[in-house]
Amino acid sequence: MRIIKLKKDNLFPFLETISEKTALWAPVKKGDKHVFKETTDFSQIEMNTTRTILPPRKILLPPAFSMFNTNEEEYKEDFSHAAKKILFGVHPCDIHGLLILDNFHKQAFLDPYYLKARENTLIIGLSCWPDEYCFAKSTNTHIIEEGYDLFLTNLEDFFLVWIGSSQGDDLIRLKPELFDENLTDKDIQSYLKWQTERDKAYKWDLNFTAMPDLVELKYNDQLWEKLGHACLACGSCSNVCPTCNCYNIMDKQFLGGKDGKIVRHWDACTLEEYSEVAGGENFREKRSDRLKLFYTHKLQAYISKYGKPSCVGCGRCIVTCPVGINVRTVGNALLGEEEDTFWARLQKEVTK
Amino acid sequence: MNGEHKIITQSNPFIPEPARIVRTYHLTEDVKFFQVRIVDMEKALSFQYKAGQFAMISVLGAGEAPFSISSTPSRPGLLEFCIRKAGSVTNAIFRLKENGLVGIRGPYGNGFPVEKMKDKDILIVVGGLGTAPLRSVLLYCLDNRDRFRRVIVLHGAKKPAEMIFREEFLSLKQREDLECHLAVDADDTGKWTENVGVVTTLFPLVNDIDPANTYSLVCGPPIMYKFVLKELVKLNIPKDQILMTLERRMKCGVGKCGHCAIDYIYTCLDGPVFTYWDVLHMRELI
Repeated sequence: MRIIKLKKDNLFPFLETISEKTALWAPVKKGDKHVFKETTDFSQIEMNTTRTILPPRKILLPPAFSMFNTNEEEYKEDFSHAAKKILFGVHPCDIHGLLILDNFHKQAFLDPYYLKARENTLIIGLSCWPDEYCFAKSTNTHIIEEGYDLFLTNLEDFFLVWIGSSQGDDLIRLKPELFDENLTDKDIQSYLKWQTERDKAYKWDLNFTAMPDLVELKYNDQLWEKLGHACLACGSCSNVCPTCNCYNIMDKQFLGGKDGKIVRHWDACTLEEYSEVAGGENFREKRSDRLKLFYTHKLQAYISKYGKPSCVGCGRCIVTCPVGINVRTVGNALLGEEEDTFWARLQKEVTK
Repeated sequence: MNGEHKIITQSNPFIPEPARIVRTYHLTEDVKFFQVRIVDMEKALSFQYKAGQFAMISVLGAGEAPFSISSTPSRPGLLEFCIRKAGSVTNAIFRLKENGLVGIRGPYGNGFPVEKMKDKDILIVVGGLGTAPLRSVLLYCLDNRDRFRRVIVLHGAKKPAEMIFREEFLSLKQREDLECHLAVDADDTGKWTENVGVVTTLFPLVNDIDPANTYSLVCGPPIMYKFVLKELVKLNIPKDQILMTLERRMKCGVGKCGHCAIDYIYTCLDGPVFTYWDVLHMRELI
């Protein structure tokens, strides 16, 4: 892979050039958090953010989008959600999340809605620095080797730019004079130093290797009942997870006419009606059963099938779940190392 | 479970194919029979499926839901479904009359392993609407009668009026190459000449089972599995020769929407036909 240098002052001119014809999405501030948003004012772009509220999959498969415009005669495919975009500032864990979704959407039947959007979205990755919730090192998703067109490592004086695809190379060639092909030994040393320090900055760790067995061994453990009791079944964990994909399809008929839309919108396996069939039979009526499905899927099932967890260590569930049920608390509970405050509270709530 | 998935209809797997209702009538008070034909004749004839597979049926404005195909692939061109009025989609389907249009996409799922069932005894046990998917494989066996040894059907319903395809099964009883036993839990008509009792009371009527060479196919309400499986295990039928077809919520049929997930498998791709062996090793199946 070709690696070149970009001076920090040259970033905005570069973004200017590449966004002339294509919408640029990047992390910008929203309250005290960050979101991916279409932007033309590059000074708004947050270069040192950790996780955005929602993962970048919201741009490929928005929370609700139209699959078809319908009338009495036909279904007209609607790919308006998949317009060409450049997505800037995607962190390694989130790129891994997209790789998991890529793989998923290519299994058995190809999903044209995802694949078309993916094809039309250029990914410019950006390195990041972990906070107290990140654990991408445990999932080995703190480094990234594929799944992006360009990747920028944010060093002190310059960006190191990995060119990951032919389209990425095309972006560089729009203004090659902004880049420097010659890396000095000093540059390489400063990258190595950055990498060592960044790796040391991860503050906690989860043993994912043990998870598939533990999920199996503790399948009937009391801990699920306790968690189910605390869970609000709000679906937030799924909404913020970079690898969640479940959805519903709804027909929307316009008033007074024969026209309508078929809309696909996010669903979550923790919601009550997720496994309910017509007639009222619900295969997962209990919240504990639905939580178990979520965590079996993340920590065991995906590993059985594809050899790695479908968790990328972004920490979103940790900062989002209103009652503190997340990969860390559940993972630690499976390992038998309950986090004192969380479990003390849970115990109190359950026995109350 | 098989890994081979083929899309028969359009290239965007979500686009339904318009199909016309050729014939519809009530099978019971809340279950209707629908015979449909894909409007495009070429596609109608090339819609190849396996017994036990399902299709997504849609009504514009109401939505889409999965239904077992009740017809047999040995009679191509027309597709048949038994549909119970249970929700908004089925309500919309029930309002349609003959010549009305629905959308169809599929076929989906693994279906029954009819190749493996060749030269074996076939023991079909159905209850209630479980008849829908198993009628497909029963008709398939009858259309290819010389490929199978004994074919036995045990069919149970709550009462005579609720027996799906009652007349069809009563007439099948006349066939000499088929052992067909019918039962109702209770006879409220006083005219029922067949057995009275739950479906498991029919087992003693079946003589000389050769368990190693028997495939048993089961479908019915969840409560039925518990008792029927016990009987089949008692007969020493190998657990991987006991097949059942399961119901799950499905929005896509193509392994993407997630609703039918069980462990690491999707009922719409790796099911809906599972063996009793699968059930013992996969949680939540039944």
